[in-house]
Amino acid sequence: MLNIKIRTNIFRRLLFFRKTVTFFLVLLLCLNGYCRESEEGSTDAYVFSGIADARILIPFFADDTTSSSICEFIYNGLTKIDKDLKIVPDLAESWKVEEEGLRITFYLRHDVVWHDGEPFTAGDVYFTFKKILDPGTGCPYISNYSGIKDIEIIDDHTIRFYYSQPYAPALLKFGMGIIPEHLFGKITDIRGSVYAVKPIGTGPYKFSIWKNAQYMVLAANPDYFEHMPRIKRYVYRVVPDQSVQFLELVSGDIDSMGLSPYQFLYRSNTPEFKDRIEKYRYLARSYTYIGYNLKDPLFKDKNVRRALSYAINKKEIIDAALLGLGDECTGPFFKDTVYYDDAAERYSYDMVKAALLLRQAGWSDVDNDGVLEKDGKKFVFRIVTNQGNQVREDVATIIQAQWAKIGVKVDIQVLAWSAFLDQFINKKNFQAVILGWSLPVDPDIYAVWHSDSSKEGGLNFVSYSNPEVDQLIELGRGKFDINERAKIYKRIHCLISEDVPYTFLFFPYSTIAVQKRFKGIEPAPAGIGYNFIDWYVKNDEVRYKF
Amino acid sequence: MNKRIIFGIVIIFVMTLSAVLAPFVARYDPLKMDLSEDARLEKPSREHFFGTDNLGRDVFSRMVYGARISLSVGFIAVFISLGMGIFLGGISGYYGGWIDSVIMRIVEIMYCFPTFFLIMMVITFLGPSIVNVMIVIGLTSWAGICRLVRAEFLSLRERDFVQAAKVQGVSNFRIIFRHILPNAMGPVYVSATLSVGGAILVESALSFLGLGIQIPEASWGSILTAGKVYIDYAWWLTLFPGLAILITVLSFNLMGEGLREVLDPKLRERK
Amino acid sequence: MKRYIAKRLLLIIPMLIGISFIMFTVMHLAPGDTASIKYGMNPEVSGSARANFDKMYDLDKPVLVQYGLWVKRLISLDFGSSLIDDQAVMAKITSRLPATLLLQIISLFIIFLIAVPIGVISAVKRNSFFDRIMTIFVFIGYATPSFWLALLLILFFGFKLGWLPISGMSPWYTAYLDSFDRTKDLIAHLVLPVVATAFGSLAALSRYSRSSVIEVMNENYVLTARAKGLSSSRIVTAHILKNALLSIITIMGLSLPALISGSFIFETIFAWPGMGRLGYEAIMNYDYPVVMGVGVIATFLTLIGIFLSDIAYAFVDPRIRVGGEK
Repeated sequence: MLNIKIRTNIFRRLLFFRKTVTFFLVLLLCLNGYCRESEEGSTDAYVFSGIADARILIPFFADDTTSSSICEFIYNGLTKIDKDLKIVPDLAESWKVEEEGLRITFYLRHDVVWHDGEPFTAGDVYFTFKKILDPGTGCPYISNYSGIKDIEIIDDHTIRFYYSQPYAPALLKFGMGIIPEHLFGKITDIRGSVYAVKPIGTGPYKFSIWKNAQYMVLAANPDYFEHMPRIKRYVYRVVPDQSVQFLELVSGDIDSMGLSPYQFLYRSNTPEFKDRIEKYRYLARSYTYIGYNLKDPLFKDKNVRRALSYAINKKEIIDAALLGLGDECTGPFFKDTVYYDDAAERYSYDMVKAALLLRQAGWSDVDNDGVLEKDGKKFVFRIVTNQGNQVREDVATIIQAQWAKIGVKVDIQVLAWSAFLDQFINKKNFQAVILGWSLPVDPDIYAVWHSDSSKEGGLNFVSYSNPEVDQLIELGRGKFDINERAKIYKRIHCLISEDVPYTFLFFPYSTIAVQKRFKGIEPAPAGIGYNFIDWYVKNDEVRYKF
Repeated sequence: MNKRIIFGIVIIFVMTLSAVLAPFVARYDPLKMDLSEDARLEKPSREHFFGTDNLGRDVFSRMVYGARISLSVGFIAVFISLGMGIFLGGISGYYGGWIDSVIMRIVEIMYCFPTFFLIMMVITFLGPSIVNVMIVIGLTSWAGICRLVRAEFLSLRERDFVQAAKVQGVSNFRIIFRHILPNAMGPVYVSATLSVGGAILVESALSFLGLGIQIPEASWGSILTAGKVYIDYAWWLTLFPGLAILITVLSFNLMGEGLREVLDPKLRERK
Repeated sequence: MKRYIAKRLLLIIPMLIGISFIMFTVMHLAPGDTASIKYGMNPEVSGSARANFDKMYDLDKPVLVQYGLWVKRLISLDFGSSLIDDQAVMAKITSRLPATLLLQIISLFIIFLIAVPIGVISAVKRNSFFDRIMTIFVFIGYATPSFWLALLLILFFGFKLGWLPISGMSPWYTAYLDSFDRTKDLIAHLVLPVVATAFGSLAALSRYSRSSVIEVMNENYVLTARAKGLSSSRIVTAHILKNALLSIITIMGLSLPALISGSFIFETIFAWPGMGRLGYEAIMNYDYPVVMGVGVIATFLTLIGIFLSDIAYAFVDPRIRVGGEK
């Protein structure tokens, strides 16, 4: 506990004597430790924090943010994403895609061992994907691999996958963490096994301690095949209240957390923050939108949805709800990629156009009460969003005011996530929603936009259906050539933009704070976490010396 | 007259009056946003007594309108629990026998239950709305009043005037509500007054967990909760709503205690 | 006495069944569907995974059948397993219970230790300066929104002054500390949650002890004792306190539900790894088995608390001890 700042000053006086004695001991140990530490090159601890605890540490069961991000420290996939979002080797040294994507062969690294010392082989890969593909396992990601027809072990370090049809996102999906066959082989209940809570992987960090609802500690893996991480421990702390979390960050007991736009811009101007904490921001791979239930008679008419979109002042929303920390969004792909079409219709704020479109659609304010009517029905509807997301709540409040100006009255309902999904989204029992999608690296949008995904429980809950888009989506996921795909997805972008099933609002910035003692952070398109094993703390700045 | 009652009544009266006359008391529309940069999170000033929130809305006006919500939760919830408590306590105490034991078992269950847990469950599962909050708080807080009413009835039902009414063939219903009840109301008034404060506190706690009124409308609890993330900077967003809740609940409690002292001669201080 | 204890103990069972049934019904009032919470809006999760899930947990059966199955398993203390992470509910609760008990018992202890003296002194020195100050404190304590107080405590003592830890029960590096530092850390982490938890009940209990002492003081035997010229400190200890304690014990038992209710909020604010937070999160996630488990255990604890205070009451009150019946 040597260098930890003791925050409990109350005890300080009582402990004065003890401390002077230990001080010399500490000094000795430090001098002693100094040499060793620089040899090891692995010091300190990085304390990250989130509002929810991890649930399960098996990569193919992990379906919440915390669990999957911790799994990434413990396990490796065959491929991974590098800082420029390119697919690069991880457990596989290289691969070959043959027969237009119907056959993919991976050549595995020879120098990989599991955290318990057993060697990693093609058998582990075979085992992992067989388990994923077994419907009895109940793996939520099974549809990502349903194109796999057969798996063949060529030798201990070569494995081949056969596809029934070409599937472009395949290589990306092989980023799924591999689990050890020698431990799970004989276990039938993988979910309930001890390795689901005390995992063994191949990754840069080994599992160490998990105190439910409090913290999890991972320790640097000295045998990691790239190199031993330079931060000795990775700690995840659960702090359920976001405002408390921020206080912990400023007082130094948390090393990193995501900030709200307000915290990022204003709260971080205080000296105690500026001196110790570095801020990073980059465009997040996600967008926020208003989705209209296309089955609702109110939104049947494309021109009405257009009018609503024109009536929204995206700039005002970004400035007010995100304090400017966001970029305008016009379609379902990530900005600045080859798939995003800058020429697509933007629906720039235009009240005149909005009013005109609504009038053409038959809506007018007959009784002069400020709300439009058509056939005796008022233009009133309810917009729902999930609780716990301040930005979305603010967006809802602002949109309500913006639409009021063209005579459209909206009620807002904010619900806890589970209730929100269950009562509104899955049953398609809503009129409009404010939600966001995160964007994987691959542009395939089958799950959200294909008409086949509009069944109950599917993610196309607005019931969007355009045969041309369907066809293009199917075409796109079968092509490996990036230029061909770019053309296809740009077209999709324009078509969706044209149909306005959503009003696309913005891409928010990821705004992250990290204590300044961490060096080696290089923001890139992939964010900052991609080179975590190269982050380090200078010896004289180390906070946790044990 | 009792000092506490006066203090309580004055504050409650002022609060209620400004809630009723909100449009005249508040200087701004509580929902009116001002999204320009220097209008947001403004410190308390002559223009904005309690400052502005992150969307540039006037906190004082929001709180004046919020008083409508917070106070009506208190009154309506207690009204419901009074209704249930008096009815069940009345028939329980009047009839006795198996009716009494069934009702008393239910009362015991309500007493032992961590009611807040039940309230959280119901609100989450039925969907948060201020109406649900009022009803659920009301439905879970009648046990105390029920016990009180029953105890009064037990002692009153043997009195002469009740017996006389029975002999005259007055219907049970009439005896319960016309003859006994008015005489049993003393302790009920006290308990009801105290419960109003309790209900306001429960509502604010629910708002704190995000289980209260829907945006952009606000109760005191939800203003406080929305301001929580700014607590280390925009202190006015948490301080004023918190104080408003404190003072209001305090007034109800003072009034209740005062009433108790007036109504219960045993407690009157002997000097 | 034995018969009395046995009778009180037996009463717990129908209460538990009654309460669990209420909760079960409430929970199924909701158009709930846990698969959607579990798999949520994850674009990568397929529909068949959701259907499988419902089957696995009997969620496709009627409510009464589910309740029957649930009670059957309850007999062997099996609450099933969490829909969220597949851990056994009982294991989840037992891992969280110590933290809650620690917080609650220390709070109760402190409440008792502070409230009773305050009450007694206020009663004996009625209308003194002390009494007036305490009355004000009590009324404020009653009226303070507890979560607001918790936030203010964190802000001042944790953040601004830095005297105490902001949240959590123990730091993550606790395993690397010696036992002295570990205990010290734990105590430091306990201070704010205990203050926040105890504050409201402290007011209630000191008020209550004041009035029960006053009541006893006005009883005839005390007046007699006083007339006989016994010193007032003797009267207080020998006669008044003993009798006043009776009613204080009862009210402590009855204040348990309030304390447990508070834990749902405080444990979330203070990041305390207790059962209250588990329950709150389970409600938010529609995690039925955990909600039921927490509800039953919380009720059970309350009942045990009330039972203990009944027994204590019986011990102090000879009328019950002799008669065996109330």
